[in-house]
Amino acid sequence: MRASHFGWLFAAPALVIIGVFFFLPVLGALALSLTDFDLYALADLRNLRFVGLDNYWQLMHSREFWGALGNTCYFVALGVPLSVLASLLTALLVSSRLTRWPALFRTALFAPVVTTVVAVALVWRYLLHTRYGLLNWALGALGVHPLDWLGDPHWAMPAIVLFAVWKNFGYNMIILIAALQAVPEELHEAARLDGASFWQEFVRVTLPALRPTLLLVAILTAAGYFQLFAEPFVMTQGGPLQSTMSVVYLMYDQAFKWWNLGTASAVAFLLFLIVLVVTALEMRFLRRIEAP
Amino acid sequence: MSARATRVLLHVALLSLAALTLLPLLWMVAVSFMPAGTASVFPPPLLPRHPTAANYRLLFATQGMGRYIANSLWLASLTAVLSLLFNSLAGFAFAKLRFRGREALLRTLLAALVIPGQVAMLPLFLMMKWLGLVNTYTGVVLPAAASIFGVFLVRQYALSIPDELLEAARIDGADEVRIFLRIVLPVLRPILATLAVASFLGGFTFLGGWNDFLWPLIALTDQRMYTLPVALAALSREHGQDNELMMAGAVLTVLPVLVLFLALQRYYIRGILTGSVKG
Repeated sequence: MRASHFGWLFAAPALVIIGVFFFLPVLGALALSLTDFDLYALADLRNLRFVGLDNYWQLMHSREFWGALGNTCYFVALGVPLSVLASLLTALLVSSRLTRWPALFRTALFAPVVTTVVAVALVWRYLLHTRYGLLNWALGALGVHPLDWLGDPHWAMPAIVLFAVWKNFGYNMIILIAALQAVPEELHEAARLDGASFWQEFVRVTLPALRPTLLLVAILTAAGYFQLFAEPFVMTQGGPLQSTMSVVYLMYDQAFKWWNLGTASAVAFLLFLIVLVVTALEMRFLRRIEAP
Repeated sequence: MSARATRVLLHVALLSLAALTLLPLLWMVAVSFMPAGTASVFPPPLLPRHPTAANYRLLFATQGMGRYIANSLWLASLTAVLSLLFNSLAGFAFAKLRFRGREALLRTLLAALVIPGQVAMLPLFLMMKWLGLVNTYTGVVLPAAASIFGVFLVRQYALSIPDELLEAARIDGADEVRIFLRIVLPVLRPILATLAVASFLGGFTFLGGWNDFLWPLIALTDQRMYTLPVALAALSREHGQDNELMMAGAVLTVLPVLVLFLALQRYYIRGILTGSVKG
């Protein structure tokens, strides 16, 4: 057997799995979204009808879809900058030359990332409890009246953002710490020799060196945040008043509560298109500012 | 500001941030040892006055927690083993073996990284239903047995294996399978550790692993088959108000992964730094 046969032989099992269980379903989703697949079709495929773009048309006129998309965009718009800011702040602190035991701090700050979303979402639901939660107790000490975090349509999404920031900032912190270590020490020394203040050094040296990584991290975080699901599923069940109903949650409900798999697939595909367009735009923006 | 004052300030900031980050986890542990009902008071108690393991005993005795732990452990381990096998073979092939269509396949896989996993979820469910794999562990594990992330992780690392090493072995008459087992696998060991931890925990690919929620939620309908996160979510819909009980359930779900992470964190962190894409 020639080496090239071995190449195929070695790659084939993984490629078959990825092809059958990822690529095929993605194409299947596209096909499914053009049909009226529902409980009747699930029982007997002869009940399946091709409906063209009807599902998309319906979604474009559905208040529920726009609501879910609005909520998801709100989560992304609030969550991404806050997450990246938290990652940047902690990365700077951990990688400061003056910091002792940086590995210890890094581990502590990173811990939430490895935890199970469902479990820590339950912890946060309790933490945010109106009467018995730690957060309202702490706010009370500062003279703030108790907030009905998860029961008030205005506060439920910000509360979920707070939780998501806590859960995720450590991930990007690790990437930013590595990027900070890659900044040549001579640049910092030159800035200090020129008498730059701490702040000037940060704005003139650190930040420009970090910018590509920061933007990349923001893009990846946004792509991930568009897929919001487990947090509202556990903490609010999409409520109150649908204020935390996300696009993926809508997909889940359409599929497994109402068994409208056609509509649900159209939701999934629209989400894909949105993420694709947003990511492409961001990438273009990134390239433009990277170009000399 | 003197260097000393800066240093003190820096550590005060770091200590407070670390404490704030760990507080929810520490509180979770503390409340899990409180007798039922005693955590629902104001002001919220920080430490159990009369620590008890009653919540844990209740979870194991009446809620079948032991079973869910075993389910999760089995599924995550199986995922890790299969993902090691298939991804290392493919990763090595893409790095070091020439075969027709290699570059085109690589480009396709790379481009597919932008597709959110949820898009595949519903047809995947239908597929498993037609294959009769809904409610089986095969159905849960199989889609996670190989991943684009895993293939690329191994490939990046395998690129650094010198070609001369492989050529020398070929001249000595070793076939590709022997080369893979005797030469490649030992060299890949560190990145395989990374892959094993990442696959076991999940979160690096679109489904699979201990922390995965959406896919086992969809693919498993029989309660006795549930993984820990799915069981915990179901439990919270019934016992949502029993905070002490829920916190004990959360501890049982989170503690194993935290311990695993602490033991193997340098491998896990390498996974992040190798340009992984999460979600």
